[in-house]
This record gives sequence, structure tokens and C-alpha cells, in this order.
Amino acid sequence: MKFKNFFATRWGIVGVGLFIGVFASLLQKWGNPGNMGICVACFERDIAGALGLHRAGVVQYIRPEIIGFVIGALIAAYLFKEFRPRLGSAPIVRFILGVFAMIGALVFLGCPWRAALRLAGGDGNAILGLLGLIFGIWIGTLFLKKGYNLGRTQTTHTAAGWILPVIMVGFLAFMIAFPQIEGKDKSGILFYSLKGPGAMHATLIISLAVGLVIGFIAQRSRFCTMGAIRDFVLFRQTHLLSGFVALVIAAFVTNVIVGQFHPGFTGQAVAHTMHFWNFAGMTLAGLAFALAGGCPGRQLFLSGEGDGDAAVFVLGMIVGAGFAHNFGLASSPKGVGPYGVEAVIIGLIVCLLIGFTMRKRSKT
Amino acid sequence: MSTKVDARGLSCPQPVLMTIDEIKAGASSEIEVIVDTETSKENVSRAAQSQGWQVADVREEGDEYRIVIKKD
Repeated sequence: MKFKNFFATRWGIVGVGLFIGVFASLLQKWGNPGNMGICVACFERDIAGALGLHRAGVVQYIRPEIIGFVIGALIAAYLFKEFRPRLGSAPIVRFILGVFAMIGALVFLGCPWRAALRLAGGDGNAILGLLGLIFGIWIGTLFLKKGYNLGRTQTTHTAAGWILPVIMVGFLAFMIAFPQIEGKDKSGILFYSLKGPGAMHATLIISLAVGLVIGFIAQRSRFCTMGAIRDFVLFRQTHLLSGFVALVIAAFVTNVIVGQFHPGFTGQAVAHTMHFWNFAGMTLAGLAFALAGGCPGRQLFLSGEGDGDAAVFVLGMIVGAGFAHNFGLASSPKGVGPYGVEAVIIGLIVCLLIGFTMRKRSKT
Repeated sequence: MSTKVDARGLSCPQPVLMTIDEIKAGASSEIEVIVDTETSKENVSRAAQSQGWQVADVREEGDEYRIVIKKD
């Protein structure tokens, strides 16, 4: 028998949650936007903006944390012989789920990680988002119990498993080739923000380093915020949940120590107070994550270990961010976008149809 | 009597759902679960233990894991 994977133990997953919570809070102190030390949805949206897939001027930046997540997971997967190139489990469905997961998350303004960080920063609106997330995942578990299944993957070429990691290295190369120029919103092919959340970031090295460590330990521990809630609802298992709770507590304590805890509903950083749509946006995102088998962070870590279907979900999220801003679906501190409500309704219908129509009892 | 659960190519939570279904079916006191990722191996082992079953054996064969679980 090989030695036991410490990160797969209860203390392992709790340790990973604590690390993410502390460093997400610190990243805010080091320059990242408020209650957004790490937000996978927001950061992929910023990447879409930097590449010009949408032209919302305030959210354009290639976020090195995202690059670090994928590459850190890749390194861990290779070191521990867990790199398994695989794909073919209904990729187009995963792409669509990624698109609507992003749209739902941007109506709330955050992925599950950010929902936790917003709560830890005192943003009461996060409660509505988290309740929506739980509700969406609960709907997803009903489909899972009824035999919802996107089918088996197949083993593929090693190079195919490398595609998303190579894209991430490409993004890093873009940042180095076209660094931000003071006062300019464009450098070579990349767009940068002069104000707004996209202009707020820790230095490249710090962001990348924290991202790499989180990618590494999250791959080892299988940290997943959606799985945390799903496993509790389905099996009453608290393994992953203990990591998620540890993240919230660690971020809260760190926020209090560094003076970033500001309780209340109004005037919160990058947040709006439309309670129902905070709830409904995250219901859509939670359902999409549950149907796709992982939160947006987990999809990045899986991509790093060679899962091509997770990589397709990630690309779906980046493209979804393009739609979300080009079509006016994403919220802003003023409230939901002009077509955000319609997008959430369409997204819920699409996800429900996927859940109802893609059932298969895989026989043993 | 032993039964088999083939969860190769499936990602969580499917392998766990299939294993628990088989445990609840109650047809046998020994189940062999075949998975192809380390994550599924850990999840299936954890789920079996939470159902009061023992992980009797884990064999690695190429890219696959064969997990034998037994009723206590």
C-alpha cells in the first residue's frame, strides 16, 4: 500500500480550508477587491475582459490566481501520479452548464468561494446567495437520485489533458509580454482596467504563488464547495463541508484581525441588495455546478489533473462571462443587469431540462 | 456471494451512489467496486465505512482500482 494521502483526511481538508480562508483574506489586504480575495467566477470574468471577449472596462485583468490553480493542480497530479487524461462525458452539456453557471454567479456577483468570503467579510447579502446555492444544489441532488448522469469518460492522449494547462501558461506569457502600462487601458493584445475591481489586484508574483499553492493542496484534498453541500444533502457526509466551513472561519478571523470585517447589507464591496435575485442567481449557479459535478474551483483543479470535460466547463464559464457582460446580464452594485432576470429564468429552464432528460441508470 | 460495481469513467458522486445502492440492495455481503481515479477510490472507501462496511482490499491494476468492501 502507498502511504496515506494526508490531505484526504479530515484534518487535511480542514487545513486546506483554513489556508484558503487566510490567504484569500490577505490577498484583499494585498490589493485584490473587497471580499474578493479569490473568486473563481469573477476572476474568469476578468480574464474574459482582458482578452476582449467582453468590453466592461472595470473588469479586465488576467488573474494569476486562476493560472496558479490549474498549474498547481497539474504539478500535484504529476508528483503523485494522478494525472489521468480523460474526456468524453457529454462535453457540450458541460459547456452549456459552464455558461449558465457563470451567468447565475454574475447575477449574484460571486462564485461559492466568494459567497463564503463575502459572508466572512460581514456582507449580509451573501446569506441569500448561500441559501440559493444550497437550494440549487438540493435540486441537483434530486436529479442525481433519479439517475441523472452525463456518462462515462474515456482515457485520452496525454497532450489532450494538457490543453487547458497550456492555455493557462499562454495567459501568463501574455501578461509577461504585455504588462500593464500606467494610465493605459491596453497593452499589446490585453485590456486592463483603470478603475473598478479589475484595477485592484495583488502583484503578479504574490497572486501566482498563492494560486499555485492552493491549486496543489486543493488537488490533493479534492476541495470542493459544491461537493461540500451535495455530499451533506445526499449522504450526510461532512468531510468536504468541514473544509468549506474552515474557509469561512479562517477568512472571518483574518478579516477581523486586519480590519476587513464590516457587517451590514448596504454599501458592501461589489455587491447589490436585491435579495431575491441574489438567491435566484446562486440557485442557477448551484444547480449548474451540481449537474456538472464540481464548483468552479474544483473544475480548475480537475482540469489540472487532465480532465478535459472539466476544462470544457471552464471554457464555458469564460465564454458565459462574455455573454453576461455583452448582453447586460451581469449585476452591478446598482442591482441586476437589464436582462439578468430573463437570463436566470432561461438558465433555470435549460438546467432543469438537462436534469430531466439526461438520466441513465448505468448498470453494473 | 460477491457482486461487482463498475464505476470506471464516472466521476463523483456516481461511484458512491452506485456503491450505496448496491449496499442497500442487500444482495451480498461483499462488493467489488472498480474505479479509475484516486478520488473515486477515496470517496468509495469513505462511503463504505460510513455505511458500516469494511474496506477489505484495494488493488491497483494499471489505471484502475479494485476496491473490495465487506459487511462487518
